[in-house]
Amino acid sequence: MTKSELIERITANHSQLASKDVELAVKEMLEHMSWTLSSGARIEIRGFGSFALHYRVPRIGRNPKTGKAVGLMGKYVPHFKPGKKLRDLVNRSLDDTSLPDDI
Amino acid sequence: MGALTKAQMADRLFEELGLNKREAKEIVELFFDQILMVLERNEQVKISGFGNFDLRDKRERPGRNPKTGEEIPITARRVVTFHPGQKLKARVEAYAGPESD
Repeated sequence: MTKSELIERITANHSQLASKDVELAVKEMLEHMSWTLSSGARIEIRGFGSFALHYRVPRIGRNPKTGKAVGLMGKYVPHFKPGKKLRDLVNRSLDDTSLPDDI
Repeated sequence: MGALTKAQMADRLFEELGLNKREAKEIVELFFDQILMVLERNEQVKISGFGNFDLRDKRERPGRNPKTGEEIPITARRVVTFHPGQKLKARVEAYAGPESD
């Protein structure tokens, strides 16, 4: 599912709002989430999961083409931890698909 | 700063886009519910500019109870992984870390 398909699905499940409004809302939500993370704060969505920053220590990297060593500064990367409901739903789908069709 | 929650996301839609409070709350709920439903169907979710939610099937592997040291197999499972997009990664990298006092 892409972002535009997500917008379609939300519109289809919402009685009032036009897809243009849903599109604006989705963009605003994603901007809010991105801004939150880039300012160092967490996102906590009950059942779905949480987003936080993880620190990567400074290290010596290598240019894969030239093999030359390059110093890489420490940096933060976004990290997502699925919530219990999401973990369970997804894991249950594994049980469904792994069941033999006929016994 | 506290963590961002669904309630704050809905407030922002109310303030910035002029949705009424009920609509704003519904949209935020639907946003996460629809992603959840698609992942439950074992389908990848790609949100350009933000990142991708992928599914990975893990085989059973040996594990251990950290308290007792007893060996127990970790059963085969399907897990969700998130891969941030270039844009989000670039924005987060610019974060200088918590200010020290």
